[in-house]
Amino acid sequence: MLFRLAWATLSRHRSRTLLAMLGVAVSAAMLLDMVMLSSGMRASFKDLLLSRGFQLRLAPKGTLPFDTDATIGDASDIVRVLRSIDGVTTISPVLGGQLHVVRGDRTVTATALGVIPAAQGDYEITQGRTPAAPNELVASDDFLAASGARLGDTLVAAAGYDPQLRSFTGRRTLTLVGRAHFLYMSAEQKSVALPLETLQAMQGAASRDRVSLFMVRAAPSANVDSVFKRIETALPRVTAISTETAMRQVDERLSYFRQLALILGAVSLAVGFLLVTTLVTVSVNERLGEIIVMRAIGVAKQRVVLQIVLEGIAIMIVGAVAGLGLGLVTARYLNSILASFPGLPAAIDFFLFEPRDAWTALGLLTGAGILAGIYPSWRGASLPIAITLREEAVG
Amino acid sequence: MTDAGVSGEPLVVARDLHRDYRMGEDLVHAVRGVSLEVARGDYVAIVGPSGCGKSTMLNLLGGIDRPSSGSVVIDGERVDQMRDAAATRFRLMHVGFVFQRFYLMPALTAIENVELPMAEARLASAARQARARELLAYVGLGGRKDHRPAQLSGGEQQRVAIARALANRPQLLLADEPTGELDAKTGVEMIELFARVNRDGTTIIVVTHDEDLARAARRVVHMRDGVIVDDRRQDGGA
Repeated sequence: MLFRLAWATLSRHRSRTLLAMLGVAVSAAMLLDMVMLSSGMRASFKDLLLSRGFQLRLAPKGTLPFDTDATIGDASDIVRVLRSIDGVTTISPVLGGQLHVVRGDRTVTATALGVIPAAQGDYEITQGRTPAAPNELVASDDFLAASGARLGDTLVAAAGYDPQLRSFTGRRTLTLVGRAHFLYMSAEQKSVALPLETLQAMQGAASRDRVSLFMVRAAPSANVDSVFKRIETALPRVTAISTETAMRQVDERLSYFRQLALILGAVSLAVGFLLVTTLVTVSVNERLGEIIVMRAIGVAKQRVVLQIVLEGIAIMIVGAVAGLGLGLVTARYLNSILASFPGLPAAIDFFLFEPRDAWTALGLLTGAGILAGIYPSWRGASLPIAITLREEAVG
Repeated sequence: MTDAGVSGEPLVVARDLHRDYRMGEDLVHAVRGVSLEVARGDYVAIVGPSGCGKSTMLNLLGGIDRPSSGSVVIDGERVDQMRDAAATRFRLMHVGFVFQRFYLMPALTAIENVELPMAEARLASAARQARARELLAYVGLGGRKDHRPAQLSGGEQQRVAIARALANRPQLLLADEPTGELDAKTGVEMIELFARVNRDGTTIIVVTHDEDLARAARRVVHMRDGVIVDDRRQDGGA
């Protein structure tokens, strides 16, 4: 009967109930987005780091991967040392640089990655194949769109440009053999990948046997922490970075995001709480006569409170469920805006949905709904019956 | 149903009731040393000018207000000493209330309004629906059980309120100006209904300005300035 009465009361004021639910939905959407934002980028970044199974990275001493133009010398020695370390299964050296591709009277400049195609963890082939010969390369959709090149085309490419001589350096003729999705590149970044030795040769003596980064995969049976410590000991001239280290770095850099998300999430929750409190208070004041008569005819105070609290919870739950859908839509839209943030990998999601986030938002809002209903309903149900009846009768 | 009549055993015993309350700076003595016994099956009308304390008296007898001093015993239980939860439960099971303004739950249908006290008393759904239908038929609203209060006339709403008051088979029915918001014709119908409820065994105490309603009672108590000034049985009541 209490559920029936709560539902009937809400149905009786359809417009007001609907507006309140919409208000809660907006609040819930924002709360969900903030919960997603506070953990989404971190989880997404971790997924990205582990997407190809490389748990460890080696960068020039004192730097983060691709944070500077610094490179690591004597790369082949490092590869030899890494191969001797127990638990290491795959080593993927990567050299970064630029590639200028001459297309008729114009030049398209792309970010170039020199990799060992069989061991690389930087791209996934979406069409064609990975390079199998020194003069082959794969490219991103954006590069193909900008250059007008097609698979099978031969491209004249250079690794550098000499402004004094006004000429390209390190020229090569390369064949485009594949279209690839580059995992760590930002949106709309024109990217190509070619064999490491080819790019080193094109960049000249300065890049001979040098790489920007090593990615290392440990055996499934190996303890990653132990492998990490063995690498640190064996190769003191590079900075070894585990996924946990990288996540700590990410956490430091994302602390502002999380604080912002926490504050905005709390504000959303407070707005939802105040909205329902206001609505329940107005509703209780309008129905004082009914409430007091319920008490007079023998309905227990707790049952009156429960019935009114149920109304608050119903508004919160329906609003929150609608808000979860709205939150997912707005998160997708906001994600598309933030994904174009310069320098961030396109694969990073700022708003990563996890069922736990939805349950968190729903739980917080239901809790707020209960609290929002308790005070006004308890106050209404606790009024002295005889005096309130007299005041109601006087009008 | 048959005329249950009045027994000598008192159902309600009020002794030396006082009720004072503050109104701004002033202390109002609404009820001043009233004692009253109401026998089982009796039908008592409390009459008197506005502000004489009759509604306060009714509230004290029904346990929805506490006396400043004095005692109220209903069916052997000290109502004035009960804690809130116990008094609430006592009202639910032993006292029915009818108010001038009906105070039905506007969101519920007539039958749901009648079911409300029975649901609170944890009566099973089927049993309370059967009882609610029976009561609505008793007050002449068998065909309007699914109407909401807004779809009913004032007289019909008051009939639903009476059915609700009788839901848990109380020994005592208290009514505060039950014809106050009804037209003359509907008022007469209500007077007949109260008389029938009383003949069927329910003790009634009604506060009223309505002379016709007071004439229908078996006993009329006159109050003035918070005290009883006259108390007499009358022939032809109920």
